Amino acid sequence: MSDRQIRILVAKPGLDGHDRGAKVVARALRDAGMEVIYTGLRQTPEMIAEAALQEDVDAVGLSILSGAHMALVPRVLELLKANGQEQVKVFLGGIIPDEDLPRLRQMGVTGIYGPGASTEDIVRDVRAAIPG
Amino acid sequence: MDLAASILSGNRLALARLLTQVENHTPEGRQALDLLFPHTGHAHLVGVTGAPGTGKSSLVNQLALFYRRQAGKRVGIIAVDPTSPFTGGAVLGDRVRMRDLAGDPQVFIRSMASRGSLGGLAHTTSALAQVLDAAGFEIILVETVGAGQAEVDIARLAHTTLVVEAPGLGDDIQAIKAGILEIADVLVVNKADHPGVENAERALRGMLELAHPVRRVFRRHGQAVTVEAPPPAGEPVWLPPILRTVATEDKGIVELAAAIDRHAGFLRQGGDWARRERARLESETEMLLQEALNSRFRAGIPQGKYEMLMARVMERRLSPWEAARVLLDGRQA
Repeated sequence: MSDRQIRILVAKPGLDGHDRGAKVVARALRDAGMEVIYTGLRQTPEMIAEAALQEDVDAVGLSILSGAHMALVPRVLELLKANGQEQVKVFLGGIIPDEDLPRLRQMGVTGIYGPGASTEDIVRDVRAAIPG
Repeated sequence: MDLAASILSGNRLALARLLTQVENHTPEGRQALDLLFPHTGHAHLVGVTGAPGTGKSSLVNQLALFYRRQAGKRVGIIAVDPTSPFTGGAVLGDRVRMRDLAGDPQVFIRSMASRGSLGGLAHTTSALAQVLDAAGFEIILVETVGAGQAEVDIARLAHTTLVVEAPGLGDDIQAIKAGILEIADVLVVNKADHPGVENAERALRGMLELAHPVRRVFRRHGQAVTVEAPPPAGEPVWLPPILRTVATEDKGIVELAAAIDRHAGFLRQGGDWARRERARLESETEMLLQEALNSRFRAGIPQGKYEMLMARVMERRLSPWEAARVLLDGRQA
């Protein structure tokens, strides 16, 4: 008997202090039956990758409202890869201008959610992105 | 390279993956546990329990920092938070208070959901602690779910159990209820800069004096009368110290670490270390045996018989005791 549980890291990199969105998403994923590791504010990409490794998560959700996503997201992806965790899915929430979306997707971000996104969509996408 | 060998060679990703396998009860996980078991038995397991909001995670953070900076020891942390009984999901938030430990490869923090287990730990917490032990972590701090009256599982797992209290959480009667305080090897009054710290400490001291045989002096008609406690059966007794800390300001941590160390010394000196190890491994073997027997037995019950019996129990035609007997005897109902 094996009881696989989906594990997700929800993290807030960068210097803005608005964590309401991250908490709402954490709660929604919990209510969908997942185990959510919440790490709090002002995480560096290094801290996020380290936590993702120790917790052996299936996906990492990043919340960024500071506008620093084009610096922070590639760095997180790079560190995950360096740790041998290239299979970990990364999704992103916050204030992300439309013109950045194609490049973020190209880097490998599986889902990008702005204000007004529904938590049902996030849950569905996260579940779909994680194999087996 | 197989999982167990990678872990012994210090591969952190392999360690993280094995912890998941063990949590999920996979055959690979069990096999690795068997291979790693001979490498366990070196770590000092320290349990940290207490009501929600007493500051367990902050204390664990500061203790881990102390062990890294002052003692140079490798520190493993297992932090358990509750699983929702309705959805099976969980938010594990203990890392929020442990950010000071980031970036140190000699520290490994793992969050764990209780997954339906009561008693403050998950079913596999003990197995995870063994993996960290085999991986060479010398101090393993295990933080329980914050509940506060019945998490005695931690006392079975840990060599040293810290019970964390904070001022203003309950009246004196909470301190004399059975359960959590009796498992304490060290009592910690955290948030000791808050008002009410004297009351909290006095309540704990009162409880301890009731629970532990110490020399007491009464005044009777103005004259001091010493009442000797019954002498312990030839062995020294550990009296749980009560320590004040302010984890967020790193106050009292050196003294707390010293008390934990003294307790380990006490256990080793008197033979209690081996006794606790034996009790832990025995209860673990017992638990595994019960699970295996139960699932083997359940597999042998003919299809529908269990449901049929339960239906009769619901109709009040059969008592649960009779139903269990019928199942055990293999009789027709």
